[in-house]
Amino acid sequence: MKEIRIHARAGQGAITTASLLGYAYFLKGQYPYAFPHFGAARMGAPMNAFVRIDEKPVRLRSQVYNPDYLLIVDATLMRGFDCYVGFNDDGIAIVNEREGIEIPKPKGHQKLYIVPGNKISTEIIGKNLLGNTVLLGAYAAATGQLSLEDLNTAIRHRFEEKGEKIVNLNIEALKKGYEFVKNSKN
Amino acid sequence: MKQFIEGSHAVAEIIKRCKPGVVSAYPITPQTHIVEDLAQMVASKELNAQCVNVESEHSAASVVLGAEAAGVRSYTATSSQGLLLMAEVIFNIAGMRLPLVLTCANRAISAPINIWNDQQDVMAVRDSGWIQLFAETNQDVVDLHLQAYKIAEDPRMMVPVMVNMDGFILTHGMEVVDMPSQEEVDKFLPPYQTDYKLDVDNPKTMGYLADPDYYLEIRYILEKTLREALGVVPEVAEQFKKAFKRETFGLIEGYKLEGAEKVFVAMGSVCGSIRDVVDELRVKGEKVGLLKVICYRPFPKDAIALALSSVREVAVVDKSISLGAYGPLYTDLTSALSSSGCKIPKVSGFILGLGGRDITKKSIVDVYDRLGGKQVDCEFMGLKQELLKDCK
Repeated sequence: MKEIRIHARAGQGAITTASLLGYAYFLKGQYPYAFPHFGAARMGAPMNAFVRIDEKPVRLRSQVYNPDYLLIVDATLMRGFDCYVGFNDDGIAIVNEREGIEIPKPKGHQKLYIVPGNKISTEIIGKNLLGNTVLLGAYAAATGQLSLEDLNTAIRHRFEEKGEKIVNLNIEALKKGYEFVKNSKN
Repeated sequence: MKQFIEGSHAVAEIIKRCKPGVVSAYPITPQTHIVEDLAQMVASKELNAQCVNVESEHSAASVVLGAEAAGVRSYTATSSQGLLLMAEVIFNIAGMRLPLVLTCANRAISAPINIWNDQQDVMAVRDSGWIQLFAETNQDVVDLHLQAYKIAEDPRMMVPVMVNMDGFILTHGMEVVDMPSQEEVDKFLPPYQTDYKLDVDNPKTMGYLADPDYYLEIRYILEKTLREALGVVPEVAEQFKKAFKRETFGLIEGYKLEGAEKVFVAMGSVCGSIRDVVDELRVKGEKVGLLKVICYRPFPKDAIALALSSVREVAVVDKSISLGAYGPLYTDLTSALSSSGCKIPKVSGFILGLGGRDITKKSIVDVYDRLGGKQVDCEFMGLKQELLKDCK
C-alpha cells in the first residue's frame, strides 16, 4: 500500500490533484481511495487531500498519517507548521517553489524536490493555473509510480469537456514538471 | 462497468438509472454534490424528471411526499440539520406508507456547529418507521440504493428506505465502483406502478385522522410490516446477487466470525478500518471478528443474536449517542441479546468519531485493548484530557 498526502489551501485544487492521481492509478488496475479533509469550511484555510493506493480495494478510512509521498501545493503552509510530520523515512516530497519561503530540509533518506510549478505555469499560460499539473508531472518522475502516459490519460479524461486547448496546456505542464525533475536528477 | 468515481457522483449516477419522476432537495454539506449532479442531469435531459427547487428541507420532503402520494417514484437527499428540519415530514412519509428513497450523508448535529461525519443525524429519526440501511463502501452505496427502491416499492412493504453513507468519508471519497448499466437496472427495477395513489377517478384519503379507536392498530400494522422487512431485505439482496453477480449481504455481514471470541459490532464505513485491524490482530493469534449491521431498522435481532451466540465478548462501536443513556447500537444490541434466549456475551459500548474525530487503526486497537477488562456501557474513546482539565 502507498499513501500520498497533499497539503494545500481550500480552493487550490488539491481534490482535483488527488482525483487525477487516483484515476491514473486506477488506469493501471490499482485500487485508489482519494479523499479530502477540510480543517475549516472556508476558502484559503489549510486542508489536506489524501490518496491511498493498493492492489486490492482499500478498506482503511482514516486520514493519512505516515505518507510515502508528500505534495505541498502551497509552500506558505510550511511556515510554522511541520508538513513533514509522520513522513515515511524513505519518502519523497514535492514542494511547489514559492519566492521568499524557505523549504525545510527533510531527514535521512527522505528526498525533496522543489519544483517551480507556479513559474512553469506562468511561462505556459501567463498565469498560475497549471501549478498542480506541473507537480503531478514531477511526481511521476520523482517516484516512478506513474508514467507520463497514465497521467496524460487522466488529464484528458478530466478536462476533455473543457476543450482540446485546456487538455493540451495541462499535458504540456505535466511534461515540463516531469522534465524538471528528470533534469535535476542528472 | 468499473469507474473511479466520487461517492456523491456515484449516488447521482445510480439514482438516474432508477429513473425517479420527481427529485427535490435542499443543498447541505456534505450532501451537496449529489443534488448538484442530479439537477445537472435533469437540466441536460439525461434524467427525465421534475427537479423542484425549494426553500428548505421541510419543503423538499413535502414535495417528494406529494409526488409519492401521486404514485411517482421520487428521490431526495439530505444531512444533519437538514434531516432534522425534515423530521416532521419523515414520520408522515412512513405513516402514509410512501415508498420514498432518501440518501442521508451522515453528519454531526449542532451545537456546536460541525460539518464533519458521525451518525447522530439518522438517530434523530430512528423511530420514524423507515427502513434504514448503512453503507460501508461506495460500491455498497450504489448497490443499496438500487435495493432500496426494490424493497420500498414491494407491495408487501410500501415503506420508505433511507440509505446512510458517511459524510466526506464516502460522499467525498473517490474509489473504484462497478456501476450497473441502464439495461441491468431496468431489468432489476421495473417502472413503479401502484393503485395506492391520489387519483381523482378513484378518490382516496391519505394521512387522515385516526382517533384512539384506530391509531393503535395502524401503528401495529406498520410495526408488523417492518418486522416482515427482515425477510424482504435479504430476499431482495439474493435477487440482487443473482442479477448483478456481486456479493451483497442484506441484514448483517460477519467478518472472520468463525472461532471468534471477541467481536466488534459497528455500522458504516468504519467497518472497513475494523476489518484491517481484525486481520492484523488475527495474525497475532487473537480470535477476533467483526459483525457489520447493514440494516439498522428494522433491527435484525435474531440474526445478530445467532451470529454472536458463541462469542465471549462484544465491543459495540457507536458513532452517535443517546445523551444521558448509551450509544444507540449498544442499546439495540443488548436488548436483542437479552431477549434472544441465547447465552449472553459480555457487551461493552464505546463512543468514537463524533463530529469527524478521525477513527484510526490505533483507536480501534484501543477499543480492543479495553476488552477483557472492566465492562463499560458508554465509554468515550480518544478524549483529549488537556481540553477537559476545567471540566470537573
